[in-house]
Amino acid sequence: MAGGREPVIAGIGLSDYPRAPHLDSTQHLVLAARRALEDCGMRKSDLDGYIGPVGGTGMGLDDAASMAEYLGIDHRYIDGTMVGGSSFEFHVQHGAAAIRQGLCDSILIAYGSDQLSRRGRTLGTGGFVSGRQRVGGSAQYEAPYGNSLVGAYAMAAMRHMHEFGTTSEQLAEVAVGVREFASLNPDAMYREPITVDDVLSSKLVADPLHKLDCCVISDGGGAVVMTTAERARDLRQPPVWVLGAAGRQTHWQIGQMPDFTTTAAASCGPEAFAQAGVGPDDIDTLQLYDSFTITVVLLIEGLGFCARGEGGSFVAEGHLRRGGRLPLNTDGGGLSACHPGMRGIFLLIEAVRQLRGQAGPAQVPGCRLALACGSGGWLSCIGAVILGAEAP
Amino acid sequence: MEVRAPGPGGWDRPLPRPDAVSAPFWSAAAEGRLLIQRCGACGQRQFFPRALCRACGSEPEWEEASGRGRVHTYTVVRQNHASPFRDQLPYVVAMVELEEGVRMMGNLTGVPPERVRIGMPVRCYSVLADEGVGIPMWEPDHSRPA
Repeated sequence: MAGGREPVIAGIGLSDYPRAPHLDSTQHLVLAARRALEDCGMRKSDLDGYIGPVGGTGMGLDDAASMAEYLGIDHRYIDGTMVGGSSFEFHVQHGAAAIRQGLCDSILIAYGSDQLSRRGRTLGTGGFVSGRQRVGGSAQYEAPYGNSLVGAYAMAAMRHMHEFGTTSEQLAEVAVGVREFASLNPDAMYREPITVDDVLSSKLVADPLHKLDCCVISDGGGAVVMTTAERARDLRQPPVWVLGAAGRQTHWQIGQMPDFTTTAAASCGPEAFAQAGVGPDDIDTLQLYDSFTITVVLLIEGLGFCARGEGGSFVAEGHLRRGGRLPLNTDGGGLSACHPGMRGIFLLIEAVRQLRGQAGPAQVPGCRLALACGSGGWLSCIGAVILGAEAP
Repeated sequence: MEVRAPGPGGWDRPLPRPDAVSAPFWSAAAEGRLLIQRCGACGQRQFFPRALCRACGSEPEWEEASGRGRVHTYTVVRQNHASPFRDQLPYVVAMVELEEGVRMMGNLTGVPPERVRIGMPVRCYSVLADEGVGIPMWEPDHSRPA
């Protein structure tokens, strides 16, 4: 039944990025939320659902209840799922189900972070624990060894190279392609084109990952407003339909990753595609979590765009480039544009922009179906969302 | 396995906060024994130790591991702003696959980073970091084939 309780994304909003020293995390979230509401023309008082962590410094987060109180949202549905940077894809999954079920009608999903301004660029290279600090919980088995966040992903890259012969050149192609889109985004942190040689000659951070294999650290925030297709008919923007959404977890800490070359994309991807009734060949643009070049390779394999182990070749063939059949991260991604520590909300926002035909020079022609896929934790929790420009 | 003293300044890195489940692991390591868990009900081995068998939910038992393993994957950390790691760069962080089948994170010492290879045979030793706390570390095992 068209035009009823199908969940749609009706509004999107971005806070200021990549550097906003005048805003703290809460102000980023509020600014993004206000812009998302203005984008669709919904009033804050229309919201009856709230989902979100706040983000901010590293993985420390405020809870959804205190943020709902702060924002003054009188919700019938609240969700504070925190699975790292992919939380927002899980939020769309949960929000879509809540809307279909009639638990609520209009949900705000929001994020904000002053990561760069408050903590500089240390997120990936130390800064969680130091000195003779006592560490409890599951982290106690890893903390003594000084692995960095980059180092965790580097171990996955190292194993992928060992098992499949993936090369640094192939990983570098991911960064080169995303940087090309960043050159079209006036707000991107880095816009100058780069070459594979530039990536390989940038400093090694944790072998085999170079500096340019790693995402930027920035400030930023984002918000989306979800509602029913029926409600969206009265709003300002063309709605974007949530056709499929699934989220799965294989581990949390990197030391517990069952297979360093496989993520939960291999299970949640097919689930999302099945819900949407489409396959990888139908997708017009990919917005994938590019915390690192290796993250993209692992996701395209798991999601079924190529066979396991062939992600390197797939990238090198240019399919993810501007003008290719699967343009990737058309806003310049985390690798070149914006990454305050959690990037999943930006994947959704850019997918919506593309499906509305509002992406300007970065527009993918004839964009009808988009896949936004986030990776949270340490390649731990994967959320895949398939969005469409038309009703199912 | 061998128990070694930390360097001249003592153990200067993060330490576990032993809890009811983990304390036996850390104190055994301080005494030269590497423990993993094995489930009496389903036979699955696991690391890190938990209050339940991750596979079937039953109560696991302690099992002493041989201390022999191979490098499953690794990285060479070249940037870390946190103290004291920033003064110890570069160093190797590895996932070691024990003979018994479970994996543990550790540092690989006694080998130049550029000579580390996936599949390399390694053996465990422990560093006495605090009373009742030995930290398992790994070094190349030249007695076994590469």
